[in-house]
Amino acid sequence: MTLNDIRPTVRRRIARVTSYVVFLALVVVVIATADWGIIVDKFFNPMVTGKMWPGILRAALNTVLYTLISFAVGLVAAVVFALMKMSKGPFRWFATVYIEIFRGIPAMLTIFIMALGMPIAFNGLKFPGGTTGGGLVGLMLVTSAYTAEIIRSGIVAVPKGQREAARSLGMSHMRTTVTVILPQAFRIVIPPLTNEIVMLLKDTSLLGIVGATMMSKELTFFGRDGMTTYGNPTPLFVAAVIYLIITIPLTYVVSRLEKRMAVKK
Amino acid sequence: MSRVGMERAAHPRDTPVPGAPPIQVIDLHKSFGDNHVLKGIDLTVEKGEVVCVIGPSGSGKSTLLRSVNLLEWPTSGKVLIEGIDVQDPDVNLDTIRTRIGMVFQSFNLFPHMTVLRNVTIAQEKVLHRSKADAQRVAMDMLERVGVAEKARSHPSQLSGGQQQRVAIARSLSMNPDMMLFDEPTSALDPELVGEVLEVMRGLAAEGMTMMVVTHEMGFAREVGKRVIFMDDGVIVEQGVPSDVIGNPQQPRTQAFLSKVL
Repeated sequence: MTLNDIRPTVRRRIARVTSYVVFLALVVVVIATADWGIIVDKFFNPMVTGKMWPGILRAALNTVLYTLISFAVGLVAAVVFALMKMSKGPFRWFATVYIEIFRGIPAMLTIFIMALGMPIAFNGLKFPGGTTGGGLVGLMLVTSAYTAEIIRSGIVAVPKGQREAARSLGMSHMRTTVTVILPQAFRIVIPPLTNEIVMLLKDTSLLGIVGATMMSKELTFFGRDGMTTYGNPTPLFVAAVIYLIITIPLTYVVSRLEKRMAVKK
Repeated sequence: MSRVGMERAAHPRDTPVPGAPPIQVIDLHKSFGDNHVLKGIDLTVEKGEVVCVIGPSGSGKSTLLRSVNLLEWPTSGKVLIEGIDVQDPDVNLDTIRTRIGMVFQSFNLFPHMTVLRNVTIAQEKVLHRSKADAQRVAMDMLERVGVAEKARSHPSQLSGGQQQRVAIARSLSMNPDMMLFDEPTSALDPELVGEVLEVMRGLAAEGMTMMVVTHEMGFAREVGKRVIFMDDGVIVEQGVPSDVIGNPQQPRTQAFLSKVL
């Protein structure tokens, strides 16, 4: 009896079980060969974790704060840029150039330029919040460029008849955009917008490169500084876990929200 | 119909010319790129007249209707609404549009608003009626088209026929002087066509000026005071329904009707 004589359903079952066994074997090998004493001591050291308290709270709060501020400002700017890009005339060009520039430059570089370059260019300009404030402005520029494209895709996805119906009722172009088009566009772009806020949350980790004080440190640099201070990488892992504690509930809440809106629509 | 709480922009150019016909179209041409869709349309719709426009798809009948409230901007020619040249840059087009109700094939209700809000929003934002006034008018209109009990629902919870009746109520709530219907029953399941036509029949009986692009020959014959047959961007034949539908003179009209009747 050759392999071809076995019925296809049975053959598929054999293939699947074999793949599970191989995968399990790999996991077992990795677990067995790791030095667990060192792993716990270096990466999940309770002594170090204890020392990080309560500074880590401040850092986590900063991360959330930086995310919310840049998302809120970026979102408002994004709506303006999206509408500009969909208009006719010079504003369209301005918005296009803006979006291309800030999507094309690495976020880290934009943060550097805003925090350190702008004070030089505009003789002694001081951002509120020091260099972290300047870095935040850079983050807003970057996120507004990405979000503008997200919003624009949502506006384009609203059926043409919606605008026609509103205009037929005598609503002006602007009134139609605000009361009929944008609310529908936002519903459409909730998934990519969630993606953007998660990306943004992680990008706040770049803010540390322009220097931060004890009070303005966010999670990633708090973790890195902790590693140097205690000579142990545990703080990095604590930071990683806290990122997950923030992002996973966030995506859950948004997907709930999305389902609720889908029912209404 | 009375104009409840009307507060229009007082610009004299926006007010109707006394005695002028509701709709007057003069030598209207419309091209989309190389596609010449309307090739010189002349048409006058009198007050209280119900004009049904029939013809094969691609004949330009929807484009003609959409040109009346300038959803399509004419390539050349004139559109006069109650004697006002709507392409005049000094005319407030939004104000003119409040006097022209428009009903679409795909209903185009606002899906993120309740039925009631669909009917009140333009009253409040465009005519500046108070919330209470707008709701009163809305409920009257919803009652009239028979969907008052759905006021708190969202459009997606309604059948196609109910949605289209809400769309008619939404237009009526602006107290328009005329109504345009762009294939209002073409997207409906057959058993729902009747309820929408019934509402339109009622409107016609009350003397509303109506221009209806339709494939419903029975409706055109019964309710239309005049039927216009369009083909290839021109008006081929027009007259009372019994002549145009019952006894067409032009070969193109005869060919079209032999296919649809």
